[in-house]
Amino acid sequence: MKKLINTPETVLAESLDGFAAAHADIVTLAEDRKFVRRAKLTPGKVALVSGGGSGHEPLHAGFVGYGMLDAACPGQVFTSPTPDQMLAAAQAVDGGAGILFIVKNYEGDTMNFDMAAEMAGGEVMTVLTNDDVAVESSTYTTGRRGVAGTLIVEKIVGAAAENNVDLAGLKALGDRVNSRTRSMGVALTSCTVPEAGAPTFQISDDEMEMGVGIHGEPGRRRVKLASADAIANEMVAAITDDLADKGDALLLVNGFGGTPLMELYLMYNSARADLEKRGFKVQRSLVGNYVTSLEMAGCSITVSLMDEETLGLWDAPVHTPAFRMNM
Amino acid sequence: MTVDADRLRKLIEAMAQSIFAHADELTALDQAIGDGDHGLNMKRGFEAILRDVDPAAAPLPDTLKSIGMTLVMSVGGASGPLFGTLFMTLGKELPPAPSRDDVVRAGEAAIAAIKARGKSEVGQKTMLDVLRPALDAFAASEDVVQAANQAAEATVPMKAMRGRASFLGERSIGHMDPGARSSALLIAAATDTLGRS
Repeated sequence: MKKLINTPETVLAESLDGFAAAHADIVTLAEDRKFVRRAKLTPGKVALVSGGGSGHEPLHAGFVGYGMLDAACPGQVFTSPTPDQMLAAAQAVDGGAGILFIVKNYEGDTMNFDMAAEMAGGEVMTVLTNDDVAVESSTYTTGRRGVAGTLIVEKIVGAAAENNVDLAGLKALGDRVNSRTRSMGVALTSCTVPEAGAPTFQISDDEMEMGVGIHGEPGRRRVKLASADAIANEMVAAITDDLADKGDALLLVNGFGGTPLMELYLMYNSARADLEKRGFKVQRSLVGNYVTSLEMAGCSITVSLMDEETLGLWDAPVHTPAFRMNM
Repeated sequence: MTVDADRLRKLIEAMAQSIFAHADELTALDQAIGDGDHGLNMKRGFEAILRDVDPAAAPLPDTLKSIGMTLVMSVGGASGPLFGTLFMTLGKELPPAPSRDDVVRAGEAAIAAIKARGKSEVGQKTMLDVLRPALDAFAASEDVVQAANQAAEATVPMKAMRGRASFLGERSIGHMDPGARSSALLIAAATDTLGRS
């Protein structure tokens, strides 16, 4: 293992301290590093709280700020945070209009957020994201995973929350955006959890893991590395086959942490051409490392069907450490 | 059976030492079919228990509840809520000096609570595949430790249907479920401390 760390045990704490210090104008790190919250809260609006295992930076803490989340709870690397973190975060950012949890669909996350919601009582609703099409037989699994599409849900619902949409309205909007969003990932290398010290999986130089998750967990199959066009084509086909509709779309090409932007833009170029051939109109785009898997090489492609309302909310001002537009 | 503070301390110590001794093995099992952190997470949980739970301060039921709550608040992932639910339910259901029947009844309640929390059933390659046969063995006055170890082995050919291992589908076959293994370790540690009756 070759990493810029001091000791594996202190990676998370030291990284969070650095994050909070670097973005002190936008966020505040709570006591015991239980959560990251906006430095300046807006009373009277529904508070959006997310969280999940660390190692996916900038998700979720990087999206705390005006126009997106009110708080985010960082768990250990690839491990869901605990209910006391979520409870403390919810109490700290409660503006009196209710709390919306945004949770990626993994058993750890859903169980811990469920427990937090039970303990919180009061007005708490949850949007579960499950945009990963790589999980095919959802009847025999935990169901589809929440991956990069989560960022789109957080942005659009966050914008609506600034417009004072109520809790039930935000929950319905989040569910709708999630239901119109699909993602698929591919990994070229594994990632190494600092405390584990060894790569999560073994993969040869000439192989790729198609349909990989964001924790280095396997996907559909292990295959020989192909050209970028062939890879993008397989991913776009899996996504569009699964979407009931076509039309205006947002295209997100998300890096997993170990792939240069040069390659991400190349993949975007390929995916966009393919999507337009299939009758989609790419109205908005985002390319970069947003939902990562430590140093894993590879990327995911996300397509989200948009309408006038969601396009407007996507364009609304946002000011967070990792995502800033129009303000 | 009365479980005094001394026995409780030994119980906690034995469970923790067993998890610490097998942490690398649990992590290796989890690297094969999960995300490779089960040993680390359970170790963190039992370190917190050794630090925060004082068996002299409370009788058996309350100590079990605080073990469960400590696991929920320190482990995270799926293991925190599931193992936490196991101990919290046992604490809720057991009287301070439980009889054999009390243990069986509390064990049934704990299994039901874990099923509800994890939306899972026996046969899906999880900790339930050890807890169920171990409790049956206990109720029938058979060897609980042997039953638990055999049950953990029996998860090897199973196909995972819950948790991250389920994303592997057929590829989850041929590996022992990490949660089943840690459940068997905890059962063995508890049996060694409390006796087999």
